[in-house]
Amino acid sequence: MARLSMVEAIRDAMDCKMAEDERVVVFGEDVGYFGGVFRCTEGLQRKYGKQRCFDAPINESGIVAVAIGMGAYGLRPVAEIQFADYVYPGYDQIVSEAARLRFRSGGEFFAPIVIRMPCGGGIYGGQTHSQSPEALFTHVSGLKTVIPSNPYDAKGLLIAAIEDDDPVIFLEPKRLYNGPFSGHPEQPAVPWAKHPLSEVPEGRYAVPLGKAAVRREGKGVTVLCYGTMVHVAEAAAEETGVDAEIVDLRSLVPLDVDAIVASVEKTGRCVIVHEATLSSGFGAELAAQVMERCFYALEAPVERVAGWDTPYPHAEEWDYFPGPARVGRALLKAMEA
Amino acid sequence: MTTRLSLHVPEPTVRPGGKPDFSHVDVPEAGEAPRPPIDVPPGEIRDFAYSMIRVLDDSGEAVGDWAGELTSEQLRTGLRDMMLTRAFDARMLMSQRQGKTSFYIASLGEEAVACAHRKALAPGDMCFPTYRQQGLLIAYGWPLVDMMNSIFSNAKDRLRGRQLPGLYSAREAGFFTVSGNLGTQYPQAVGWAMASAIRGDDKIASAWIGDGSTAETDFHSALVFASVYRPPVILNIVNNQWAISSYQGIAGGESAKFAARAHGFGIASLRVDGNDYLAVYAASKWAADRARADLGPTLIEWVTYRAGAHSTSDDPSKYRPKDEQAAWPLGDPIARLKAHLIRIGAWSEERMRQMQAEVDAEVLEAAKQAEAHGTLHDGPKPSTASMFEDVYKEMPRHLREQRQQLGY
Repeated sequence: MARLSMVEAIRDAMDCKMAEDERVVVFGEDVGYFGGVFRCTEGLQRKYGKQRCFDAPINESGIVAVAIGMGAYGLRPVAEIQFADYVYPGYDQIVSEAARLRFRSGGEFFAPIVIRMPCGGGIYGGQTHSQSPEALFTHVSGLKTVIPSNPYDAKGLLIAAIEDDDPVIFLEPKRLYNGPFSGHPEQPAVPWAKHPLSEVPEGRYAVPLGKAAVRREGKGVTVLCYGTMVHVAEAAAEETGVDAEIVDLRSLVPLDVDAIVASVEKTGRCVIVHEATLSSGFGAELAAQVMERCFYALEAPVERVAGWDTPYPHAEEWDYFPGPARVGRALLKAMEA
Repeated sequence: MTTRLSLHVPEPTVRPGGKPDFSHVDVPEAGEAPRPPIDVPPGEIRDFAYSMIRVLDDSGEAVGDWAGELTSEQLRTGLRDMMLTRAFDARMLMSQRQGKTSFYIASLGEEAVACAHRKALAPGDMCFPTYRQQGLLIAYGWPLVDMMNSIFSNAKDRLRGRQLPGLYSAREAGFFTVSGNLGTQYPQAVGWAMASAIRGDDKIASAWIGDGSTAETDFHSALVFASVYRPPVILNIVNNQWAISSYQGIAGGESAKFAARAHGFGIASLRVDGNDYLAVYAASKWAADRARADLGPTLIEWVTYRAGAHSTSDDPSKYRPKDEQAAWPLGDPIARLKAHLIRIGAWSEERMRQMQAEVDAEVLEAAKQAEAHGTLHDGPKPSTASMFEDVYKEMPRHLREQRQQLGY
């Protein structure tokens, strides 16, 4: 078993599926010869040729649309949007087309496509290199939305996404590409090699979509989170000493309701953490689910820690990013109630 | 004193109450356009975007390099396809007025474009149509009853009542699921063609868009990808002069021909008389052969006229002269093919009357069968529980729960 970074694990997933299934093609801006601006597709064109891995024009609607057309033909395209912040020109194709092909055609056509996009902040990316647009996808019937928090899951979830017959939005927290991040920018960067979840098996394995993972067992409070916030929540629990149970959702649609209910019924408290802006964010859906399904088990109001309802700023990076201090305060508040 | 700026807002030549005027539409003589070899470099046929390929002249004779592709028998089949499409449209318009469905979009006057184009494609090729290419299905021989079941959203509707009338899906017939969102299918067709090329297949794609929707960004996306990867795709633009109430000048058609859009992308481009069945077939076949020979994409502007209302929700007398169709210089596609067939001795007024009766009867019989399976507000319907199916391949938990809440 090799120790891989998240970038390497994502590349390994595509490599593995491309070797196994000739229908898998990979493309996007700078994805071919250069291997991607984050190196996620490095070497794939050399290994599989330009018919299987190629550069695309700077045109997100076109990238998504041709993926849909290829999927309708019978290929399994893995398209990359360079930053999640730039998906909007392709949004009509995602929402009106990819998500609805199966439904509107009575199952005659469908979109077995994966749209990969680096997301999230914590990198001084400013307004257009930091966004977390997951709620714009979880709101859309017919899409699946996935977001890994470590190399092991990244490979297994991406393989599952490529094998899935439904369109999958695959969000990759770029802050986690090279190492876990606890939300302490002042501390030296840590590589993945020291993290147990960087142990990635060779060859094919899948992490099923729709299954959460408990990252830290606890009895005090349930933390529902995903992506970079999993590591921030772990740091916050450690720093406050709160016995938090940290649930990494991994897949937002379909959602692992059973895992959420089991944990909240055990702890009686719930804190929801995401980078995305607060209002109408995915946390609102999680809070509603917890209220509907766990109301009588709750001993405190559900707390949400999220990005502020502002565009993602540059200079104010660490006042915006929900770091361990803010998450820790929410944990303590939930415990006090 | 400096020039005072003013915004140019294009206007059609006439509005309601005015005398129809198509003097701005330049109609070259039939037979004038030469027929280039299919491997012609796009740059060598740039003039074609500003001219018009026409085969049938005013006397009904087929003339020039693009003539002579089809036998009399094929032409009679073409005439029947177009008449059947028109009869189908007429019947469905009436069904909408009778309240049997909510909505309908006819293709009156544009029958040749879809019907002749379909005949130039092979089985396995995939069309990515708009809502006004029902002729593709009819010329393919797709069952009218199936189309009507979908229009009535009845119990036999394969789309299970989910789609608006006219937004068909027929994979077997090479007819991609129609979307209400304009232009989206255009780059999807390019992607389908790219897939065929990636797999070393011999199938081609046919993309469809109207003059108005060429203004959508997806039109540009399609041309960029077609230009870059040179996949086997025919990029059809049906210029019927109108996008609901906006004349084609509002889509940019006043400043340049739609066919000329291809030039900036290095894509071969033709401009064709869309009411000339023979020209539509010949140009489609040329583009299909070119695509299949791996010589790349072709864009074709079909010049035609939307003779009917935009849809059953539209009243064209509010924005254009009522008798404008009669003045349209390219005439009516059915009348022109009929005249040609009579001129070559392959048809007669009597056989025309017989065929009209035949297609009317065929449509009526199909309507009876379809209505027996229900109409929008009457008779059997798709099951309500099926509303939750096909959102995903497997129904996820939240949809199962919602279905249960509805009582299923």
